[in-house]
Amino acid sequence: MKEQNVNSTATSELNVVPFKTRVLPYLIVAPALIITIGIMIPFIMAIYFSLTNYSFRMPKYNFIGLQNWINILTSSVFWKAVWVTLRYAFFSTVIEMGLGMGIAILLNNLNNKFSKIMRVALIFPLMVAPITATTVWQLMLNNSVGILEKFLNIFGIYNFPWAASPSTAMMTVVMIDVWINTSFCMLLVLAGLQSLPKSPFESAKIDGGSTMFNFRNLTLPMLKPSLYIALLFRLMAALQEYAIIFALTQGGPGDTLMNLSLTAYQNGFQFQKFGFALPYILVLWLFINIVAKQIVKRQRAAQKQAAGLEE
Amino acid sequence: MNTASNRLSRVIQNGLLAIYAIFALFPLIWMIILSFKSDAQMYNTTFIFTPTLANYKAVLFESDYLTYMLDSLIVSGGAVVVSVVAGVPAAYALARYNFKKKEDIAFQILSFKFAPEILVVLPLFMIYQKLHIYDTYFGLIWVYQLISMPLLIWVVRGYFEDISVEIEYAAQVDGYNWYQIFFKNLIPLIKPGLVSAALLAFIFAWNSFTFPLMLGGTNIQPITVAITKFLGTDSAHYGQLAVASAISALPAIIFALCIQKHLVRGLSFGAVKG
Repeated sequence: MKEQNVNSTATSELNVVPFKTRVLPYLIVAPALIITIGIMIPFIMAIYFSLTNYSFRMPKYNFIGLQNWINILTSSVFWKAVWVTLRYAFFSTVIEMGLGMGIAILLNNLNNKFSKIMRVALIFPLMVAPITATTVWQLMLNNSVGILEKFLNIFGIYNFPWAASPSTAMMTVVMIDVWINTSFCMLLVLAGLQSLPKSPFESAKIDGGSTMFNFRNLTLPMLKPSLYIALLFRLMAALQEYAIIFALTQGGPGDTLMNLSLTAYQNGFQFQKFGFALPYILVLWLFINIVAKQIVKRQRAAQKQAAGLEE
Repeated sequence: MNTASNRLSRVIQNGLLAIYAIFALFPLIWMIILSFKSDAQMYNTTFIFTPTLANYKAVLFESDYLTYMLDSLIVSGGAVVVSVVAGVPAAYALARYNFKKKEDIAFQILSFKFAPEILVVLPLFMIYQKLHIYDTYFGLIWVYQLISMPLLIWVVRGYFEDISVEIEYAAQVDGYNWYQIFFKNLIPLIKPGLVSAALLAFIFAWNSFTFPLMLGGTNIQPITVAITKFLGTDSAHYGQLAVASAISALPAIIFALCIQKHLVRGLSFGAVKG
């Protein structure tokens, strides 16, 4: 509400020359918009070409209606890819949110020298390119030079398969994703914790509320807006994860890790069936949009609720 | 009693943090250790070995690594410059003016952040080949706008909104025109925020993989794409792989250290003002 007021006063005060102010904003936004809208064209093209049998190999293509869509939606490959996408997104997001929140609470509670150093050092994994991070993990997972193999040998486990076996591959990529992105959730939660107002907690102390009670009824509702933002960013990225899986196993072993992004890539670039690749990724885009809208809606509601608690 | 349990809880909390710290930092330390190991020592030593600079020499002087670094630098740097030039005025307009479809435009720009990269890349691959900008700096800098532009506009917009409009009004009364106000009053005020947003955009661009993998070819290979080649062909030279990873990670980590204070705000696109 406050921001709205600031904006409207801004308009009235800059409204000296009406025509100029009416057009000026569009002119200023235009370059940014043109640059990004140039990139928008692919979205529209993607929808059109999903209705054709376009291939990079052939010079001509035909309009084939919903044929690609029907073929894909009735194939087991598609549903398998959906299942992999959802599982990957669920496990990585849940672990990152939970772990990130836990670490943020630890850092906030401890407030000693060790925790202050860790506040800085723990963001390093987040800044390393996912592809580089995966490379580093490959160096660790490797059975001949990898340190993890030597570590597991202590416990009598030999030749742990990691990414090589269908039963442990998902766990391995999720672990790498968690390694990279937990600090993202940690940073957002920590920022949320440190901006908590003091007064509600002081009055709760006088009322004699338990730590658990305070956490559930004060900390958590006031943290919710930050948590939703972390959830939004992580979930959206995890649903379309590509780099980590590609670098680790290219979707293998077999089709164990073929999510929608990788399946679309494989069909489009390796099999060169461009039109056939698009529905996979369009479905993902639609799904991401719906989920993102829901999270944004909830985030706004949580923000209003938190603002109410602060008073 | 209370102090004893308090102390115990502190010890446990420090312990838990230490365990996580090992998980988070050990892979990076391991990468550094491997980078100093010779191929011969790779298999029969763990922590105790005679360090060598041979891997660094091989990667930096006997391979095309520095060309890959230069490609990364040109593409990421170029992308950030374009985003700053076009994005900062846009951010200002979105912060200060009320106009029709304002929020729609802002959300449209943000939505690129959440669009699956593969969805953009598949049609672009076709367009780029028709326009002959496939595998060119221009083409990559353009597509990188999807990474850097939304971030820059949303973060910088927040910093503009934090500045009171009274400052502009006062300057207007003093007879300054819009350009003078913008460059002499506003830009210095948002400079820390702007610089950190630009650096973060650079990190994201530097780290991006999908776009250069599919829209770059033999001419332009940023480091993220090149590293997969180290992985594929030279699998026996683990030490060199470690060097390649370590050097490519270095700029991002240094920049991140410079912008610590603004990191949360940048990472959340201005949604969380840490």
